[in-house]
Amino acid sequence: MTIKSYAKAVNEAHEQLLASDERVFVIGQGVESPWCVGTTTLGLVARFGSERVIDTPISEAGVTGAAIGAAMAGMRPIVFHPRMDFMYLAMDQIINHCAHWYYMFGGRVNVPVTIRGIINRGNEQAAQHSQSPFAMYVHVPGLKVVCPASPYDAKGLLVAAVRDDNPVLYIDDRWLYTLEEEVPDEIYEVPLGKGRVCREGSDVTVVAVSYLVREAMKAADILASERISVEVIDPRTLKPLDIDLIVNSVKKTGRLVVADPDWPCCGFSEHVAAAVYSRTFNILKNPVQFVTLPDAPVPAGTSLEKAYFPDKSDIFQAVKHFFAE
Amino acid sequence: MNNCLCPPPPEFRINRIDDSKLKWLLLTMMRIREFEERVAELVIEKKIITPCHLYTGQEAVASGVCHALRKDDYLFGTHRSHGHYIAKGGDLKAAMAEMFGRATGCSKGRGGSMHLVAPEVGILGTSSIVAGSLPIAVGTALAESIRGTGRVTAVFHGDGVPEEGIWHESANLAALKRLPVIFICENNLYCTHMALDKRRVHDNLHRVAKEHGLESVVVDGNNVPDVYYAARDAVNRAREGYGPSFIECRTYRWRGHVGPNYDVDLGLRNQDELDAWVARCPIKHFAGFLVSIGILSKNDVEEMQRGVSFEIEEAVSFAVSSPFPDPADLTRYVFKGGASNDD
Ligand SMILES: Cc1ncc(C[n+]2csc(CCOP(=O)(O)OP(=O)(O)O)c2C)c(N)n1
Ligand SMILES: [Mg+2]
Repeated sequence: MTIKSYAKAVNEAHEQLLASDERVFVIGQGVESPWCVGTTTLGLVARFGSERVIDTPISEAGVTGAAIGAAMAGMRPIVFHPRMDFMYLAMDQIINHCAHWYYMFGGRVNVPVTIRGIINRGNEQAAQHSQSPFAMYVHVPGLKVVCPASPYDAKGLLVAAVRDDNPVLYIDDRWLYTLEEEVPDEIYEVPLGKGRVCREGSDVTVVAVSYLVREAMKAADILASERISVEVIDPRTLKPLDIDLIVNSVKKTGRLVVADPDWPCCGFSEHVAAAVYSRTFNILKNPVQFVTLPDAPVPAGTSLEKAYFPDKSDIFQAVKHFFAE
Repeated sequence: MNNCLCPPPPEFRINRIDDSKLKWLLLTMMRIREFEERVAELVIEKKIITPCHLYTGQEAVASGVCHALRKDDYLFGTHRSHGHYIAKGGDLKAAMAEMFGRATGCSKGRGGSMHLVAPEVGILGTSSIVAGSLPIAVGTALAESIRGTGRVTAVFHGDGVPEEGIWHESANLAALKRLPVIFICENNLYCTHMALDKRRVHDNLHRVAKEHGLESVVVDGNNVPDVYYAARDAVNRAREGYGPSFIECRTYRWRGHVGPNYDVDLGLRNQDELDAWVARCPIKHFAGFLVSIGILSKNDVEEMQRGVSFEIEEAVSFAVSSPFPDPADLTRYVFKGGASNDD
């Protein structure tokens, strides 16, 4: 075990996957750039060569399709998009040619590709360079979606994604790249479809996604000093969702906040709320509270940006709402 | 209609193809024709519901190209891929059962006419999204180039496809990485209701491909040895690591865009044009040629036709006597390895 940053954990997972499985290769825009996708692909070309760590022309759809085809041929590609915003150009490939493929051909051809979508926002980058649209992908049958919020999960989920026989969308968040914790040096998997109780509590369940896990933990600390005991759950995999873990927690607390840094309409937050309501309606003490992005594109200017992205205080407020007179 | 859009009947020049190969080419074209014409009847009788884009008239393209491929080479196709599937060696019964939506279909009734698959002969799927399978074909070629196996990928596409951006992305990527992939453009002069000149300023598909860095040729798509020779050259180049090729095959689909109708006199195309192309029938001319050079007798050809009809009838019987998929299995095959979702 060594203390490692989230970015280092992602980098190490790539390195160990490439070293241990010759079917693995990495393809996307920017592996050979001096910035190396926020350092997560640093050193990979030097160690594994440009045959297996492939920089590409600006062809999001074409390159994603090529990774999908290689997966059909038995490889284990990781195709990455330095920004999820640009991944929309590959939507037809991801849905029609990847997620649907196994079903459409009666289980005869599977597509073990890992699609890595990186969230890169903040610093006044505006609507086309700031997005984190999880729910759009969770909506699609045949696609698994993971969203690591810690260095440990960032490494273990990438390994599990690559080893899974299905297409997996792996979403990492550059706001978390400097987060540090102990991460095993050897290769390991965090199983897909298993959430994690990050903090136990008895009064309120907060289901948090991506950077809001960290914010939820901070809010829970503050709330503890007010004698409100918060249970924080990180689903880690948005699909398939570990709904039992969430439902069991809500059965204990009777109150639910969903903190999801995505748009609200038909979002992951509403999905969790609906799944919980349909299983625990009679034991909920209060209506579910939501902490999401507003139903608006992302603004540029810092003052608006600050108002746009939720943080610990929004989660704090949502929890307090339950106990208001 | 100018002469370039409907050239004179094909003339055959063959060089070092042995008799059995020539017979295979004819037989394969006949099988495709019989399959398609039988499917057309079954659609008219409303026994087949899935939208069928028939390949009648284009048989020389699939047959000529697939003859140059190995069994383990990959093939990707389109909405109009019955012919590609048959020529590559896909099982006829499984294809017919798929037309009927049966559990014994090649895609177990989940795919329909536009989604055929036969991994055992390298067909990893056909996509009904125009141009959608292009980058995937580049991807199987990328996989084999990383592994260094020499396996080649053939991807068939229509003349409408270079109107899609992803065709250009795929061509550029294939050329840039020198991948073992062959783009076979079946230029049947139409994209649904629209003739080529209503969609492009220039009739220049092969030149565009060449500019992207693909080795590029144009052949008469109704001339099966010509298609074969072009494909063989492209396959050799690809296998030896010289990179991708583009083969524009000029041909014509006899029936309308989808279904059994001929779609003449709807303001799209006229009877004269169709008649001229029917007169260029790739099968009739090639059979006549083989008879004229003494490789087959007329009797042999008739015998082959009877054999093919019998095979297709067997496939139909197999299909109609097969069970439908069990509705209890509706969500099976969403994920591999899921509790109830797997084999
Ligand atoms: C992305 C996309 N756009 C439109 C369609 C509708 N469509 C189906 S086939 C077709 C025509 C394709 O023409 P061409 O590529 O020439 O092939 P052909 O039908 O002549 O074999 C169209 C427009 C589609 N399936 N996919
Ligand atoms: Mg066409």
